[in-house]
Amino acid sequence: MLAYIGKRLLATIPVMAVVAVFVFAMLRLTPGDPAAILAGASATTQDVADIRAKLGLDAPLLTQFFAWIGRMATGDFGESFFFKKQVAELVADRIEPTLMLALTTMTLSILVAVPLGVLAAYRQGTWIDRLVMGFAVLGFSVPVFVIGYVLIYVFAIEFKWLPVQGYQPLAEGLWGCLQRLVLPSVTLSVIYIALIARITRTSVLEVLGEDYIRTARAKGLTDLVVLMRHALRNAAVPIVTVIGIGIALLIGGVVVTESVFSIPGLGRLTVDAVLARDYPTIQAVILLFSFVYVLVNLVVDLLYTVLDPRIRY
Amino acid sequence: MPFRIRHSIAMAAAVAFAVAAAALAAPAALAQTTLRVVKHSDLKIVDPIWTTAYITRDHGYMIYDTLFATDANGQIKPQMIDKYELSADKLTWTMTLREGLLWHDGAPVTAEDCVASIRRWGARDATGQKLMTFVKDLPVVDAKTFRIVLNAPTGLVLAGLGKPSSNVPFMMPKRVAATPPSDQITDYTGSGPFVFRKDEWKPGDKSVYVKFDKYKPRTEPVSGLAGGKIAKVDRVEWKQMADQQTAVNALIAGEIDFIEQPSHDLLPILRKDSNIKLVDWNPLGNQYAFRFNTTAKPFDNVKVRQAVVLALNQEDFLQAVIGDKQYYKTCKALFVCGTPLASDKGMDGLIESNFAKSQALLKEAGYDGTPIVLLHSTDLQVLTNLAPVAKQLLEKGGFKVDMQDMDWQSVVARRVKKDPPSAGGWHAVLTSWVSADILNPLSTAFLNASCDKAAWGWPCDAEMEKLRDDFARETDPAKQKAIAEAVQVRWTQYPTHVHLGQWYQPGAARKNIDGVVVAPASVFWNISKTGK
Repeated sequence: MLAYIGKRLLATIPVMAVVAVFVFAMLRLTPGDPAAILAGASATTQDVADIRAKLGLDAPLLTQFFAWIGRMATGDFGESFFFKKQVAELVADRIEPTLMLALTTMTLSILVAVPLGVLAAYRQGTWIDRLVMGFAVLGFSVPVFVIGYVLIYVFAIEFKWLPVQGYQPLAEGLWGCLQRLVLPSVTLSVIYIALIARITRTSVLEVLGEDYIRTARAKGLTDLVVLMRHALRNAAVPIVTVIGIGIALLIGGVVVTESVFSIPGLGRLTVDAVLARDYPTIQAVILLFSFVYVLVNLVVDLLYTVLDPRIRY
Repeated sequence: MPFRIRHSIAMAAAVAFAVAAAALAAPAALAQTTLRVVKHSDLKIVDPIWTTAYITRDHGYMIYDTLFATDANGQIKPQMIDKYELSADKLTWTMTLREGLLWHDGAPVTAEDCVASIRRWGARDATGQKLMTFVKDLPVVDAKTFRIVLNAPTGLVLAGLGKPSSNVPFMMPKRVAATPPSDQITDYTGSGPFVFRKDEWKPGDKSVYVKFDKYKPRTEPVSGLAGGKIAKVDRVEWKQMADQQTAVNALIAGEIDFIEQPSHDLLPILRKDSNIKLVDWNPLGNQYAFRFNTTAKPFDNVKVRQAVVLALNQEDFLQAVIGDKQYYKTCKALFVCGTPLASDKGMDGLIESNFAKSQALLKEAGYDGTPIVLLHSTDLQVLTNLAPVAKQLLEKGGFKVDMQDMDWQSVVARRVKKDPPSAGGWHAVLTSWVSADILNPLSTAFLNASCDKAAWGWPCDAEMEKLRDDFARETDPAKQKAIAEAVQVRWTQYPTHVHLGQWYQPGAARKNIDGVVVAPASVFWNISKTGK
C-alpha cells in the first residue's frame, strides 16, 4: 500500500508539470496585458513598455517560463503583479474561507444526500422516492446564484436570522464563523445533495436486488440493518467516487458562491486574478487546485480498499 | 438508556454549551464607531502617485494630506499650507506650512518632505510634468517654508497643487517620496486624517483605516476637498464586494453603511427602503467619451473623424446606458457643464446625429469603406451598452463597423497597441472619465496631442499643443477661459475624441450616516454615524 501511495505521489510530478505548461501557455495566449492594466487610463505607450519590462514580461516566453519554474522549484510562487504581496501570502490568506466552505458544504451534502438516496431506494416508486428525485432534478436545474439570492432574501433580509455576506475567521469565534457559513453552504450543497442522492439511490437499488440482501433478510435482520450494514456498504464505492468528484467540482463551484456571499476565498482570488491578468497568482492558484484534484483522487482510490476488501493495489 | 447514548448526549450538550458561550462572548470586542463602506473597486495598488486608479486616489485622500485643495465652488484653497505669497514678478511662490502637522509616525511634516513629494508627483502626473517645465528651483527656506521658483509665470502652481483628482499631489515623508516615480512605495506613512492599517489590509476583502488622533484639521468648515478634515468615526473599513446585488442586500440588512457607486438598475430597490438614502456626493459626475486611434486609417484623416462627430449624439448613449434622465445630462462643453471653463463655442450642429452631413463628409474625405474596428467592453455595466449604440449611429452615418466583443481588461490591453486594426489594433474605444479629470485643457488626457507621448489614440497636432502651452502660461482666469474656448474650437477642426454626455452616480447610505462630503472624490472625513 505504501509503495502504491509513493508511486501515486510521484506520478503527481508529471501531472503538475503538464498543468504548469498548460496554464502558462493559456495565460500568455489569452488577450490582455497586465502592464496595460497597471498603467492606467492615461498611460503612454512608453509607460506600458516600462512596466512590462519591470515585470519581466518583455523577455522571451521560454525565458519567462523557466524563470517561473525555477522559482517554483524553490518554493517561491512569486509576487503578485498588482498587490505587491507574495502570492504564497495571498493564497494563505484565502485558504481558510474556501476550506471551511468546502468542508461544511460536503458535510451537509453527505449528511443529507446519503440518507435521502437510501430512503428513495428503499421506498422506490412511492411519493417519497418521487419527492427526493424531484428535489434532485430541481437541485441540478436551478443556478447556484438564484438559490443564493433567494436564501439571502428569506433568511437574511426578511427574517434577519443570518448575515447577508462575509466571513469570520475561525480564530475569531466558532459561532460567528458557522453563522456566516450557513447560507453559502446550504446554497452550494443543493447541487451536491442532488448529485449524491441520485447516485446513492441508484447504487443502493442495484445492491438491493443482490442475493446476499435476500439472505440477510432471510436471517431476520431488520430493514435498517440490511440497508445500512449490507446495502449501503456494498453500494459505497460509486457513492464515494461521486463525493470525490464533488469535492473536485466544489473548488470551481465556490467561485460563484464566494461572489454572491462576498467570502474572501480562493474562488474570488482566482476571479480577481484572472480579471486583472495577474499571472503569478493565477498560475499558483491553478497549480494548487490541480494538486488538490490529484490528492482527492488518491484519497478516493485508497478509500476503495477500505470499502471493498476485494480491491487491492 | 445505555451508557454510550447517555455519554453521546452529554458530549453534544457540552459542545452546544461551548458554542453558545463563544457566541455570547464574540460581540464584546466592538466598542468603537466603524464605518463600513463598499467602494467602486478593490484597493490593489496603494501608491497614488504611481497609478491614476481612482480607488488609489481615494486611498490617498484617507491617509495623506495636500498642500492645497479644491473647495465646493471649484476654488483652490490652502490645506496644509498656512500662508503663501507670490512675488511681484510672478516668478516666486513662498509657501509656509501650518503648525502642528505630523506624520503618522509622530515626526513633524517639514518643507523638505513637501519639496520631495512635489518632485515625485511632478515626474509622474501630466499636469505635474507640465508644471515642472516652469519650475527652476524648489529651495527649502526653513523647516516650515519652501519656495517654488519659476522660469516663467504660470497658472499651474495652484491649479496643480490643488488638483482634485488623479494624480493628486499628496504629501509624503521625504524618505518615501525619494522612491523613484517608476517604483511603487512600500512605506504608507501619511499625515492625513486616517492611518492605513497595513496589517489588516487583505486585497480582495477589505482595507482598514483608523482615525489619526494627532491630525490637526483646519478650522474652516468642510467644503469640497478643502476645509477642516475632521474624522468623526474611529475606523473606516472598505469592504470589497464583487457582486452589486450582495452589496445592496448588505446595506438593506444594515451590515454596511455606504455604497459608493450602486449600479443604476438597483437604485429603485434602494429608494424603496425607508432606512436608506441616496446621496449625490459627486455633482460633477462623469463624462462618456469615444476615442479615436488617429494613427489608423481612416481616422488619420480629420474629415473622417469630423464625420464621426456629426454622426453621434449624446442622448442615445446616455439613454442606453443610464436610462433614468435624473442621472444624466447632455452637454456639448468639452470641459464639463457647470464648471468655469464650460462653453458651447464652436459646437453648433455637432454631436446631433446629422447623418446626411456625416455621409457627405465621408464622401468628400474619400472614405473607402474600411470597417471601423470598435472595441466593445462586455463586462462593465456602465460601459457595455455604449459600443452597440456607437455602431448603429456610425452605420447610419455611412461607416462600416466591425464591433469586437471582449472583457474590459482585454480592451485596456488592446487600446495601447499601435498595430493595424486588422492585425490586433483598433480604431475606436468608448470609455468614461470622472469630470474632475477633464476640467481644463491640460488635465484632459484625451486633448494631449503630442503624438507618441500622448495617451493611446496618439493624436498629433502642433496647434492643439500650442494652445495647451498657452493655457499653462496664462494666470488670468478670464484669459484662461478664452484659451479653453480656442482649444474647443480647435477640437472641432481636429477631433481627438467625442464627448458623449455627462452622467451621475449617487451613493447609497443608511439613514444614520450624516455629513457625506460633496466632492469629486469619495472621502470619509466629516462623516458621522449614529446608533447601530
